[in-house]
Amino acid sequence: MTDVITPTTTGDGAHGPSVVDVAGHEHEEHGPTGLLKWVTSTDHKVIGMSYMITSLVLFYFAGIMALVLRIQLATPSSSLVSFAQYNELFTMHGSLMLYLFAGPFAFGGLANYIVPLQIGAPDMAFPRLNALSYWLYLSGSITMMMGFLVAGGASEFGWVAYAPLSNATNSPGLGPDIWIMALVLTGFSAIFTGVNLVATIFYLRAPGMTMFRMPIFTWNMLVTAILILIAFPVLTGALVMLFCDRHFGTHIFSVQGGGSPNLWQNLFWFFGHPEVYILALPYFGIATEIFPVFSRKPVFGYKGMVFATLSIAALSTGVWAHHMFTTGVVLLPFFSLLSLLIAVPTGIKFFNWIGTLWRGQLQFSAAMLFAIGFLFAFLMGGVTGVMLASPPIDFFTHDTYFVVAHFHQVLFGTAVFAGFAGLYYWYPKFFGRMLREGLGKWHFWLMFIGFWVTFMPQYVVGLLGMPRRVAVYPSYLGWQSYNIISTVGAFIIATSFAVLLWNLWISWRQPVPCGDNPWDAHTLEWFTTSPPPHHNYSHLPPIRSERPTWDYHHPDSPAIAHGEGRPPRGDKVLVSP
Amino acid sequence: MRNESLILLGVAIFFGFIGLVYWFTSYEDGGTAMLVGTCLLGLLPGSYYLFWHRRMGFRPEDRDDATIEDGAGEVETFPSSSIWPFVLGMGAFMLVLAFAFGMWFFFPAVGLIVTALVGVTAESRRGGHV
Repeated sequence: MTDVITPTTTGDGAHGPSVVDVAGHEHEEHGPTGLLKWVTSTDHKVIGMSYMITSLVLFYFAGIMALVLRIQLATPSSSLVSFAQYNELFTMHGSLMLYLFAGPFAFGGLANYIVPLQIGAPDMAFPRLNALSYWLYLSGSITMMMGFLVAGGASEFGWVAYAPLSNATNSPGLGPDIWIMALVLTGFSAIFTGVNLVATIFYLRAPGMTMFRMPIFTWNMLVTAILILIAFPVLTGALVMLFCDRHFGTHIFSVQGGGSPNLWQNLFWFFGHPEVYILALPYFGIATEIFPVFSRKPVFGYKGMVFATLSIAALSTGVWAHHMFTTGVVLLPFFSLLSLLIAVPTGIKFFNWIGTLWRGQLQFSAAMLFAIGFLFAFLMGGVTGVMLASPPIDFFTHDTYFVVAHFHQVLFGTAVFAGFAGLYYWYPKFFGRMLREGLGKWHFWLMFIGFWVTFMPQYVVGLLGMPRRVAVYPSYLGWQSYNIISTVGAFIIATSFAVLLWNLWISWRQPVPCGDNPWDAHTLEWFTTSPPPHHNYSHLPPIRSERPTWDYHHPDSPAIAHGEGRPPRGDKVLVSP
Repeated sequence: MRNESLILLGVAIFFGFIGLVYWFTSYEDGGTAMLVGTCLLGLLPGSYYLFWHRRMGFRPEDRDDATIEDGAGEVETFPSSSIWPFVLGMGAFMLVLAFAFGMWFFFPAVGLIVTALVGVTAESRRGGHV
C-alpha cells in the first residue's frame, strides 16, 4: 500500500498535508493487523518505538552484567565468576551499552520518532530502508547475545577487540566471530539510519522551516548522522579485515605477515572517537530541548549551539589517536592539541545551557531534573577528559580505573541522564499519557546519588594504580574499600532502575491522560496530537521562528527568532512588529 | 539547499586542511588516507547539493517567509506498510550467520535476499511514484 501526501486546505483554515491513498480515497487504517502489522510497518513512529524498547531491554541486560562485575570486585579474590566469564561479561557489558543501547536508543529510537515530527514531515525519507535498519539492528542484537550460547562463550577481548588479542590464536572459537558479525549487522543498520536522517532533514522540512529554525535536537541528529557516515564504514571495513585475518589467512593486523597491529587501533579509533560523539551529541540535543521548555525561555545562543555542535563533530574526527598515546607511535602534539580544543565548543554549550536557565521560570519536573543531572555528570566526565588529553597524565593513568571512571561519567552523564530526561519529556507525546512525576523524581535522586557513589571512588582507586579489566587484585594495596563503595553505588543505581520499571508499569496500567502539549512546549512535535496520527499532521501552524508551537499558542508573545532578543520573564513582553 | 551543501563542503574543507597538516607533521599513511576519504565524503554530496541549489534556487523550506501553502503539491509517496524490509533483514541475518556457522545458512539467505529485492522493486513499480 502506498500513500501520496498532498498539502490541502483543512476545515479550520490552516493548511497542511493530508493523506490520500493512490486511488484518491481518504486514508483509513487498512492493511495487516496484529503481529504482521508490526512486522510490515514502515511508520517511523512504530520503528522508533521498537528501537527504544529493544535498546532499553538490552540496557537492562547490560546493567545486570555490570552488577555481577561489581559484586566480583567487592572482594579482592572473589570466585563468583571465573576469569574467562569475567572477561566475557565486561566485553558484553561494553558492547551492549555502546553499540546496542546508547547509539540506537538515540539515533534509532528518539531521532526516528521525533525528527520527522520536529520538521513537519509525514515520515522518514526512505520508510522501507528505515524498517530494514531496525531489522538489521534487532538481528545484530540477537546475534551478539547468541555469543553466550555457543561453545567457548562470548568474545573476551573487550569492546575494542585489539589486535593481536583478537586473532584466531588468542581468541579462538565462535564467540568472537559472532561478535564481529553482530557489529557488521548493526553497523549497516546505523549507516542506513544515518543516510535516512540526512535525507529527511534536507528534503522533507515543512515550508518556512529553514535550517536555522530547526530545533537543536534535529540539528544535533543531523550532525550525528554525518558523523555516523564518516565513522561506521571504517569500523565495518576493519571488522571485515579482522574476520579475514581470523579465517582466510590474511595478515593485515599481524606482524608475522608484514601487517601492523597498530593499524587495528588506528582504524578502530577512527571509528571509536567519533562514536563517542555519536553517543553524546543526540543527548546534548535532548537536554537543549528540555532546558528552554522548563525555563519558559527560548534557547540561549541558538546559532552558537549549532556552530558548537558542528565544531565538536569536526574536531572529534581528528583526535582518534589520543586513545593510543601509550603505543608510542602517534603524533602526541597533534592529537593532544585537537583533543584539548574540543573543550572550547563544549564550554560554549555549557555556558549556553546555563544562559538558558538563567533568570528563567524554572519548573523542576522529572525531565528537567535529569537534564540538570546531565550537566553535573557530563561536566565531571568532561573535565577529566581534558586531563586525559594531556599525554603526561595519560601515560600515568592509561588503562587504570581513572579512565574507567572518566568514560563512565561521560557516557552515563549523556546516554543515561539525558536519555531518560528525553524519555520523561517525550513519553506524553508517545502515548498521550503521563509518567508518574513523583516516581520519576525518586528515580532521579537514587540514580544521581548512586552515580557519584559508584564512580568517584574509581577515580581514586585508578590513581592508586588499579588497572582495568582485572577480575582479582591483591588485598594489601588498600583498593578494597573503594571498590566496596563503588559496588554499593552500583546497587543504588540498580534500585533507581527498578523504580523506573515500576513507574512504567503503573503509568501503563493506571493511565493519567494528558493533552497534546502538557509541557506548553516550543517545538513542532507538540502541535500534533499525542500520540501523533498516521503521517503525523493534518495541518501545520505557520513557522516563523524556531518555536512554532509556542508562537501559535502564545500569539501575543514576541516571536524571537534564533533565540536572540529579550526573553519573556514573568510578564508577557509585547513588542510591536 | 545552500546551507545544506555548505555544511558538507565545510566537512570537505576542514578534513582537507586537517589531512594536509596531519600528513606533513606525521607522514603516517593510514590516518591520512582516512582523513582524505572523509574529505571526499563531504565533497561529493556537498557539490551535488550545490549543483541542485544553482538549478532550483531556494525551496519553500529554505525561505524565511514561506507559508505552508507554498509547499502545495505532492510531497512524496510513502509506502504505509511493506513486508520486504523484514524479509531482506532476515536474509542479511542468515547471511552473516553463514560466516559463523557454516555454508548451509548461505543458500536460504541468498533466497531470502533475492526474493526481497524482487519484491521491493515490484512493489515500487506498482506504487507508481516511489
